[in-house]
Amino acid sequence: MTIIRVQHVVKSFGKVTAVNDVSFDVRAGEIFAFLGPNGAGKTTTIKMLTTLLRPTSGALELDGLDPTTDQTEVRRRFGVVFQDPSLDSELTAWENMDIHGVLYHVPRQIRRERSETLLRMFELWERRDDLVKTFSGGMKRRLEIARGLLHTPKVLFLDEPTLGLDPQSRNQMWTLVQNLNKAEGVTVFLTTHYMDEADRVADRIAVIDHGRIVAIGSSAELKQQTGTDSLEAAFLKLTGTSIRDESATAADQMRQVSRVWRR
Amino acid sequence: MSVIYILWLREVKKYLRSRVQIVASLGSPLMYLGVLGFGLGPVFQRAGEGKYLQFMAPGVIGMTVLFTAMFSGIAMLWDRQFGFLKETLVAPVPRLLIMIGRTLGGATVAVLQGTLIFAVTLIAGFRPASLFAVPLAFLVVALIAVIFSALATAIGSSIKEMQGFQMVMNFLVMPLFFLSGAIYPLEGLPRVLGALTRVDPLTYGVDGVRGLLTGRTHFGILLDVAVLLAVGVLFVVFGAWRFSKIEA
Repeated sequence: MTIIRVQHVVKSFGKVTAVNDVSFDVRAGEIFAFLGPNGAGKTTTIKMLTTLLRPTSGALELDGLDPTTDQTEVRRRFGVVFQDPSLDSELTAWENMDIHGVLYHVPRQIRRERSETLLRMFELWERRDDLVKTFSGGMKRRLEIARGLLHTPKVLFLDEPTLGLDPQSRNQMWTLVQNLNKAEGVTVFLTTHYMDEADRVADRIAVIDHGRIVAIGSSAELKQQTGTDSLEAAFLKLTGTSIRDESATAADQMRQVSRVWRR
Repeated sequence: MSVIYILWLREVKKYLRSRVQIVASLGSPLMYLGVLGFGLGPVFQRAGEGKYLQFMAPGVIGMTVLFTAMFSGIAMLWDRQFGFLKETLVAPVPRLLIMIGRTLGGATVAVLQGTLIFAVTLIAGFRPASLFAVPLAFLVVALIAVIFSALATAIGSSIKEMQGFQMVMNFLVMPLFFLSGAIYPLEGLPRVLGALTRVDPLTYGVDGVRGLLTGRTHFGILLDVAVLLAVGVLFVVFGAWRFSKIEA
């Protein structure tokens, strides 16, 4: 069963086309990795799927709903961990969970029980009453994922969740995500620059470059398709070896014209 | 309601936990009370205007509320920079509720700060004409707080950089304070200055608080409250509109 459907989606910011005729499906319950160099269009795609941006053209679907018209219902169905941290560091872990639960209309009793379950699962229960500003980077990321799961979403978006984490924290985080995927059947849509992580956890992988999907399939299929023996080598073969830093001009243009798509 | 409540509670909790912010924000009002209150007091008295502390205490309370409420706009920039704003923007709740929760939170913090300064003025020697009027005066203080907290939300929604807010402080907040009649009487002003004081909403706030606490009012309490209510509605609508257009 398909839970995310992206069909011929284009997103332009003025003269810059960030996403160019992208189409793919994500199946319910799978871990789907969305890989690409810097500025390839990964975050823009996530922003469109999470109702923060409206596509210029094309069609989106999440759990059978259109994020362009059913924003509130779509928002109930996903959790998201953004590339940049989004916790309130002046509040405790418990308070951050509680605010999220209220914003997502989770009843008080369920909110408490589920917060406890998730904080225990993510090994943060003992620190629940500590201010988030005292947490390490790995703990903050774990808390963000726990928070994103509080309202029992069908899809969890993880936009480069392991950026800046040490190998131990990364390993622990992916183990937890895999366990959750199995235990709760939540579909995981992730982006990462660490190919070993995608290779390890993803059921299927899409590679995007210059706003276009250049390959899609399992890790084994991508390696076979490119005649390489590692996902990193396959990725480099598909996207080239030139550095793709986002130019300041393009990024600025995007920021200037991008608007949160409002209710 | 629970969404408004939880966002309101967030602002209040953060304020109560930040002892440094509480102490630091007392600095300017204390300076005005100490330096101007005691420095200009004799001149004011010789001019037959009575005790300067009695005159300026409501103005300093108004100033405190203005500054604290406007600083809630900085908190919004902070939330934008450190990501919490995005967490609220993808939540399945109307933006209006988020804006109201934030604005009421900022306004409550401003009223708490104003209450602290009121206590300080009492210690310094200020005496309200009637104790029964104090709660009414604080209703006017709450109106001032809502007005400027809503304005701060509108400004915080429109700018992205901290430097931008510095300009707002210099070119909007300071003029609002100095034109409000907080530290000088509104009678006998040059025509242009007099006209400017009349378009400053804080003028009516300070006049209302002063009227209720000391019995001395320039416009009359009813007009003060009517203007504050009208501006309050206008600024809340403006703040909600700007917040609905906030960029990711």
